[in-house]
Amino acid sequence: MSAILSAEHVTRRFSPRITLGDRIAAALGAKVDRRPVQAVTDVSLEVRQGETLGLVGESGCGKSTLGRMLAGILAPSEGEVLLSGTAPMRGKHKTTTRIQTVFQDPFASLNPRMRIGETIAEGPITHGLVTRARAPEMVAEWLRRVGLDPAFATRFPHQFSGGQRQRVAIARALAMQPEVLVCDEPVASLDVSIQAQILNLFLELRQDLGLTCLFISHDLSVVRHVSDRVAVMYLGRIVEMGEAARVYAAPRHPYTQGLLHSVPKLVLDSNAALEFRPITGELPSPLSPPPGCAFHPRCPKATELCRGERPPLSPREDGTLVACHHA
Amino acid sequence: MTRLLLEVQDLRTHFLTRAGVVKAVEGVSFALGRGEILGLVGESGSGKSVTGFSLIGLVDPPGKIVGGSIRFDGRELVGLAPAEMRRLRGKRIAMVFQDPAATLNPVLTIGTQMMLAVQAHGGGSERAGRDLAARTLTRVGIPDAAARLDAYPHEFSGGMRQRVAIAIALLHGPDLIIADEPTTALDVSIQAQILAEMKQLAKQSGTALIWISHDLATVSSLADRLLVMYAGRIVESGPVAAVLRAPLHPYTRGLLDSLPAMAKPGEKLNQIPGSTPSLLSLPPGCPFAPRCPRATEVCRTDPPVVTQPGRMALCHHALESTT
Repeated sequence: MSAILSAEHVTRRFSPRITLGDRIAAALGAKVDRRPVQAVTDVSLEVRQGETLGLVGESGCGKSTLGRMLAGILAPSEGEVLLSGTAPMRGKHKTTTRIQTVFQDPFASLNPRMRIGETIAEGPITHGLVTRARAPEMVAEWLRRVGLDPAFATRFPHQFSGGQRQRVAIARALAMQPEVLVCDEPVASLDVSIQAQILNLFLELRQDLGLTCLFISHDLSVVRHVSDRVAVMYLGRIVEMGEAARVYAAPRHPYTQGLLHSVPKLVLDSNAALEFRPITGELPSPLSPPPGCAFHPRCPKATELCRGERPPLSPREDGTLVACHHA
Repeated sequence: MTRLLLEVQDLRTHFLTRAGVVKAVEGVSFALGRGEILGLVGESGSGKSVTGFSLIGLVDPPGKIVGGSIRFDGRELVGLAPAEMRRLRGKRIAMVFQDPAATLNPVLTIGTQMMLAVQAHGGGSERAGRDLAARTLTRVGIPDAAARLDAYPHEFSGGMRQRVAIAIALLHGPDLIIADEPTTALDVSIQAQILAEMKQLAKQSGTALIWISHDLATVSSLADRLLVMYAGRIVESGPVAAVLRAPLHPYTRGLLDSLPAMAKPGEKLNQIPGSTPSLLSLPPGCPFAPRCPRATEVCRTDPPVVTQPGRMALCHHALESTT
């Protein structure tokens, strides 16, 4: 399988905006923190034609920032993102319709003043994928495909439940006929029973349309369910990447191991004791990442080597990439 | 069951809104023993949080407990004078909320807030209060607690803030802690730490715990017994493992089947169709019937309570095949 979308050594920094208030405070002698936050550091990966790559990690690990760079809506500070060999952005602007995104919060991502029919049709009309006259027909077709009544086209977002809104957001993304779909926590705000419906819809549409997907989530079981391959991020870097089945069955990086042990499992046997081996400590601040391996302060296997030298992401015999001195 | 601590009978909490009466809690009954951990599970709008708020007397207007009884350690809480309720709240019944960023006062130090909680129920000297606060913070796993008393909530991470909220709940050694989605806002590695600690704390101190959550897996790893709520009613209850192994109610079955962890990767999940009904326009009879694979004509009438030893389900078809 060939790569359709790739990131090559991408890094993204966010510098705090210095406001007038900050200047005055600084002039008066207050300390103003101007250190940039490095959200993503030197990440290289590829998304292969037709696969779903899952991206997991805890809050602040940089998964959404990486996702937005791959989606062509955020420019990397260093490195480049390539969609079939060309950059999806020029300057600050996205230049392709071949990648579309579904965001986490369908309450924030749909314009509350637009009827959902207009929301779905706006992109395709603007980009000449459909004529204004044919648009209602296309909207009806997409609403049907995502399991909504075509008559809903004239409704506003507030008339829908969270699950229905996420269906609208999916319809809007797919109406642009993308080759790659980036889903950033698409089911995180939904109830369990609604989450199952949206996951089923995703699986069905992905197969019917032959989509390539980047699926970002903090929920390990959701990522396992939809992904062919999975990348685990910690503090802006990928620490492990490989076939989903392999990574979940035999995680190599101590962070992946800890994360998988931290997930509460359904206890079906009343004699089974609570068996958590939680990762100790907390996520370090991305403002001042620890030297060496960023995970070493929390790692049970950490040695002197880990404190001094950052392990590279290197391939193991089964093809899994791991960034650890001791894995 | 161990010695009875809490007995809730036919609790009904309604919200009298302009659009009509929202029956958020409609006929909830359960009992809780001392030191027992009860998991209360349901989706948004199921009434699980309102049940928790009702127990601790924090239902705001237009909400109101319109019927039923809450007996706490032999004492009736429904209709109790506000001053009496305040004496219990925080002292013998405590609550931990979902979002510690919203429940801690941002302009007071952690120590001041804990002192306020200590002094609200008598207290003693300031020195003794600070000692108690520091010791309680240490119990919930906050290192260097005495020094951290002078820190403000924004200086803590989300997980640490939730530990502070738990410490405040533990201050007076309550008989019952009601925790409403206390780990939902936290990362999975921090959630695991707090779950492990809560379980240990409850066991050590003999505090009973009502753990309200939408997450079956979290509850199953913590609770002794499980209550499943739907549309304001408890539709199933029983020992956690027994309920999850062979649920009696089709809604519980559906919730389990909705979990990706229960299916093979990439396989279609056995989803529950439709969405939760509006509490303003519930169907007659069983509220789950429109989404239920087992529904028949009889489901238009109120479902019976089906009991098995230690278990109960509210369903006409509870004893049918659960596979």
